Amino acid sequence: MKKNWPLWEVFVRSKNGLEHRHFGSLHAADSEMALENARDVYTRRNEGVSIWVVESKNITATNPENNGELFEPAQDKVYRHPTFYDLPDEIKHM
Amino acid sequence: MKKDLYKYILGIADNTLILGQRLGELCGHGPSLETDIACTNISLDLFGQTRNYYQYAAQIKGGNTTEDDIAFLRKEREYLNVLLVEQLNTDFAYVMVRQFLFDVYHLLFLRELQKSHDVRLSAIANKAVKEVGYHYRFSSDWIKRLGDGTEESHQRTQNAIDDLWTYTNELFHQTDTDKSMIQEGIGVDTLKLKEEYYKRVSEILQKATLQIPESKWFQKGGKEGIHTEHLGFLLADLQYMQRTYPNMEW
Repeated sequence: MKKNWPLWEVFVRSKNGLEHRHFGSLHAADSEMALENARDVYTRRNEGVSIWVVESKNITATNPENNGELFEPAQDKVYRHPTFYDLPDEIKHM
Repeated sequence: MKKDLYKYILGIADNTLILGQRLGELCGHGPSLETDIACTNISLDLFGQTRNYYQYAAQIKGGNTTEDDIAFLRKEREYLNVLLVEQLNTDFAYVMVRQFLFDVYHLLFLRELQKSHDVRLSAIANKAVKEVGYHYRFSSDWIKRLGDGTEESHQRTQNAIDDLWTYTNELFHQTDTDKSMIQEGIGVDTLKLKEEYYKRVSEILQKATLQIPESKWFQKGGKEGIHTEHLGFLLADLQYMQRTYPNMEW
């Protein structure tokens, strides 16, 4: 039976005002059961105030094999960070 | 009056202790990791409630009585739980049907206990009612899934309903202790919950495409200490450590 249950990704918002973060995954027959299972598996120690679940197959992910072309070109382009500006002293907290 | 209150509290708390113990037996044996955790979470909720009640009962009894004495050192005939909660984990359908048949009652009961003139009982009910609201949601969802699921899950769930139905009416049986506590404004008049109980149960069973048993004959005895053969074995497990190593502590 367990084999037939699809996999779901669980996102939990820990506190009001913070974003939902990926907490892990679990098996469930449908979205309602996924929410209940997520409540029991991931929020039993008072971790959350809101839960999102999404079936894992609905997530489109990058392929690690393509990491070279996707991410490495950005590694030597420090000038893309806005760190080369002279800031006036009046501007604080930047 | 004090003695009645003590017995009345045990009557409530023994239900949650014994059902919690039954669910605890599933730890590591649930049908999937997720349902295993869910069942043991419910078990821990029930043990938490039990402790609140037993601590109060121990205080009423006085002397050196502790919550552990009440949980571990009584004989079978001194446990006042209803027969329903001591029934076996025959299969997952039995576990969920037993849970569902108890949860519907438990939720209605706690909502009334919140209005009790006894402030301590009403405070315990206030805390427990949210937990039990979730138990009810969980078990009634599963009843619908199983009943309206595959041919096999439907048949197993129907078997469990047919088998456990005979224990439902005892939930509303009133002992002399119950009656005196109702008069004091402390206890819940369970007879007033009966109609609503069977209405709710029937609604969910209908949604689950399950048949409501027609049998009008019901078991009782647990509330007077007369139990089915299953309770003794459960208590042997539950009490083993305290009986073998008296006064042991973790």
